[in-house]
Amino acid sequence: MTDEQTAVSDREAPTDAPAPELHGCPLTVSHTQDVLHVTRERLREVVKALGKDGYIQCLDSAGVDYLGYGADRGLPPGVEAQRFEVVVTLMNHEARKRIRLRVQIPESDPTCPSLSTIHPGTEAMERETFDMFGIAFDDHPDMTRVLMPEDWEGHPLRKDYSIGRVPVQFKGAPVRDVRQ
Amino acid sequence: MTTVSPSTHGTDRRVSQLTEEGAQGLLPRDLTSGVEALREFGSVMRLSEADAAVLADREPGQDDTTVLNIGPQHPSTHGVLRLMVELDGERVLRVKPVVGYLHTGMEKTGEELTYVQGAANVTRMDYLSPLFNELTYAMAAERLLDIELPERAVWIRMLLCEVNRLVSHATFNGTNGMDMAAVSMMLYGFRDREMCLRFLEGVTGVRMNHNFIRVGGTAADLPDGWKRQVIDICDEFDRRLDEYDILLTNQPIWQERLQGVGVITTEEALALGATGPILRSTGYAWDLRKDMPYLAYDEVDFDVVVGQYGDCFDRYAVRLNEMRESVRILRQIVDRMPGGDYRVQDSKVTPPPRARIDESMEALIHHFKLFTGGIEVPAGEAYAAVESPRGELGCYMVSDGTGKPWRMRWRPPSFIHLQCLPHMMHLGTMADAVAVISSVDPILGEVDR
Repeated sequence: MTDEQTAVSDREAPTDAPAPELHGCPLTVSHTQDVLHVTRERLREVVKALGKDGYIQCLDSAGVDYLGYGADRGLPPGVEAQRFEVVVTLMNHEARKRIRLRVQIPESDPTCPSLSTIHPGTEAMERETFDMFGIAFDDHPDMTRVLMPEDWEGHPLRKDYSIGRVPVQFKGAPVRDVRQ
Repeated sequence: MTTVSPSTHGTDRRVSQLTEEGAQGLLPRDLTSGVEALREFGSVMRLSEADAAVLADREPGQDDTTVLNIGPQHPSTHGVLRLMVELDGERVLRVKPVVGYLHTGMEKTGEELTYVQGAANVTRMDYLSPLFNELTYAMAAERLLDIELPERAVWIRMLLCEVNRLVSHATFNGTNGMDMAAVSMMLYGFRDREMCLRFLEGVTGVRMNHNFIRVGGTAADLPDGWKRQVIDICDEFDRRLDEYDILLTNQPIWQERLQGVGVITTEEALALGATGPILRSTGYAWDLRKDMPYLAYDEVDFDVVVGQYGDCFDRYAVRLNEMRESVRILRQIVDRMPGGDYRVQDSKVTPPPRARIDESMEALIHHFKLFTGGIEVPAGEAYAAVESPRGELGCYMVSDGTGKPWRMRWRPPSFIHLQCLPHMMHLGTMADAVAVISSVDPILGEVDR
């Protein structure tokens, strides 16, 4: 967290105890679940530090597109909302706790550091996020589509990707007149 | 309970190995972390379709390895899984699972369906354990709604899920037997499955894709005579599981075929995000029902089944014995099923009974609002997870305060477990690859969504 962001959170809550933090990142609670708001620059460092704290398994890594989201996103002061979010869920088996990391990803530069060097299991999930949202993961061993065909255009789970309707096409099928 | 020290994850233990000459390059095998071991073996093949097409036109050289395509229509791939396997003779070097053939955009569809309609969509993901999908969906929405369920609804859910676990594991037993050429087991497995499905059909009205567990409870109460049916299922399973021990577990051919095949260590399984029977087969006792109880699992008595070697045999044995534990849970549920409502009495969540609509204007309005706009779930985000027959099935739900989820992300255990395949198959024979695929028990409907 930069000095500027610290200053903002200090202003917001001058009387109460300092805003909860973990590894220098603001910590909030959403429906009894811990949520840590990490910048993408510090993502790997924080995940490694959490690994030492006992969060040894990465359960999930997913994307969310907040384009046109009308409600409060539940971000703590000092975290600037961006269009995309990468949401990582880590598991601590000994303390029996999960922690969720919300990483803001700007629309202008949809990239995020890959966690596959720390948790190889995120490889497929990050490929899926790339496939569905177009968020590219740096240092990922195989940044290709996984569910959609390799030559597919667009990223289906983005909010500006319309569902539409595509007529069923059969490649190379002869055109027949059904009346005959 | 066996646990792995978290320090094996990082580099802490390596520090103690430092000498005057600095850290040594080779450490004992047990000190290698899962991440390092996976990197060292390099068993994942990464080859795009375009690259493969270029390579296919090349004249083969003398030192070339063979790349073999299995699937997507091969019967041993449990659906439409395709594997590109690099072979040196009969040994498997690297594997690339290719998925997406069943992708129908269920997560996108989920954003277009209200919370009332949503269960009918998600139930089709993991088609062997549809009730777990519905349960996770309902739990995620209920967490956002902050509602407490009546006790009977919780226990009905638990009852149905444990029967569903029997269905799933029985089908695994059958298909696993078929893959290993124990065709009689295939018939027995499907016989057991049908027996449970008949019960589920009686309760929910549908054999599969039940759409029975809804946000706020269940769709209906249990029918008369359900206790007798569940007890009959339990008795049958107790008898038949002992028969399967004779038919398979203690049979030398079966043991020869599975023991020592497709081994994965605890560290590797954790690094790859594996959960459920795959993780437990390595001797790591982690079961959400026990460790992070949901529903009323903290009130029933059961054991977490663990293996020891992390091979195909252990994964088979873990599932077989989990069926015994499910039967144990079912018997307790039959004894202790509480009375009361089967869904929450909240007119913003639960539709009114049909008869009330004719009498009450308010009921009519609530009914209309629920079925046109859906349940209004407060804005926020939440993650709910259950122990499905395959592992941790999670749903991350973001709501914007309307009747439809803003984002519905699934953590599908099968999708993540497919990443274990290359490491399990590495340096095994091609014939064992079939055993490995079968032991992972992937459901392609859930993989591709």
